[in-house]
Amino acid sequence: MAATVHFDDVEVGTELPTVTVRVRRETLVRYAGAGGDFNPIHWNERFARAVGLPNVIAHGMFTMASAIRVVTDWVGDPGALAEYSVRFTRPVPVPDDDEGATVELSGKVAAKLDDKKVRVDLVALHNGQKVLGKAQAVVRLS
Amino acid sequence: MPMDQSFVGRSYAPTPPYEVGREKIREFAEAVGDANPLYTDPEAAREAGHPDVIAPPTFAFVINQLGWEQIVGDPALGLDYSRVVHGDQRFVWSRPVRAGDRLTVAMHIDSIKTLAGNDVLGARGEIHTEDGEHVVTAYSTLVARPEEGE
Repeated sequence: MAATVHFDDVEVGTELPTVTVRVRRETLVRYAGAGGDFNPIHWNERFARAVGLPNVIAHGMFTMASAIRVVTDWVGDPGALAEYSVRFTRPVPVPDDDEGATVELSGKVAAKLDDKKVRVDLVALHNGQKVLGKAQAVVRLS
Repeated sequence: MPMDQSFVGRSYAPTPPYEVGREKIREFAEAVGDANPLYTDPEAAREAGHPDVIAPPTFAFVINQLGWEQIVGDPALGLDYSRVVHGDQRFVWSRPVRAGDRLTVAMHIDSIKTLAGNDVLGARGEIHTEDGEHVVTAYSTLVARPEEGE
C-alpha cells in the first residue's frame, strides 16, 4: 500500500491532475456487464423516457468509479484509499451517438489528517453542472 | 405508504461467498476505463506490496449489490425496486479487494426516513472474507420515489 505521493509534499489546496471521461452507450453496456447492474434506465432509451428521464443515463457507480481515478492516478496505488463517498445529485444523460457525454473530474487536497492521511474533495462536472455532491476521499500518503 | 420503522436494525444473513477472479477485475477495470497496472499485472501488484492484483475501489459494490438484492427482494420490507434510485454511497476500507478473495456481505438496515415524499433507506453492507477478515464496509442510501398519485 505504497502511495508515491509524500505527505510532507502536499498542502491544503494542492490541486490534482484532472481527468476527462467520455461516456458512450457502449461504455454503459460494458459497465452493466462488468458491474452487474442491468437496470434498463442505463441501456434502454424507451424505458428511460417512460420513467421520466431525459435519456439513458450513466450508472452512478460508473461516475463514482471514474471520479476516484483523480485520486488513484495521483497516488499510484489504489490500495492507499481509506474512505470514499459521493452523493448522486444529477444524472448524466448519454445520447445515442459517437460523441456521448463527457464528465470533467478534478480534485484538491481539502485537509491534512492524522496518520499521513489527506482528504481530497472531488468535483465531477457534466455540461458545467455538478453531477456528484459531497464527493470526498481519504487516502494515506507515504 | 411510509415504510415500517420496525425494520430499522434488521440484519440479513451473510451472502454465499463471491470469489473475486483476476479476469473479472480486469473486465471491471476496462469497463471503468482505468488502466492502473495494479489491476491487471500481478507482478506490479506484488511490487506495490499486494499478494495479487487488486480491484478498483468501487468494485466492492459488485459484492454489496448482492446484499441489496436481499433487501429489495424481502417481501416483508416491500421496497419497490422499480422506484429505487441510488442516493449516496460510501466505502470504508480495511484493505483493497483482491484476486482470490472469497467475500460475503452481511446487510444491515440502519435507518428509514421519509423525506419529501420519498422513502429513504440507509443500508450498510459489511464485507468480509469467508474467514472473517474485514475488507470494506459499504454504506448506501436507497431512495424510493412515491408511486403516481400518492
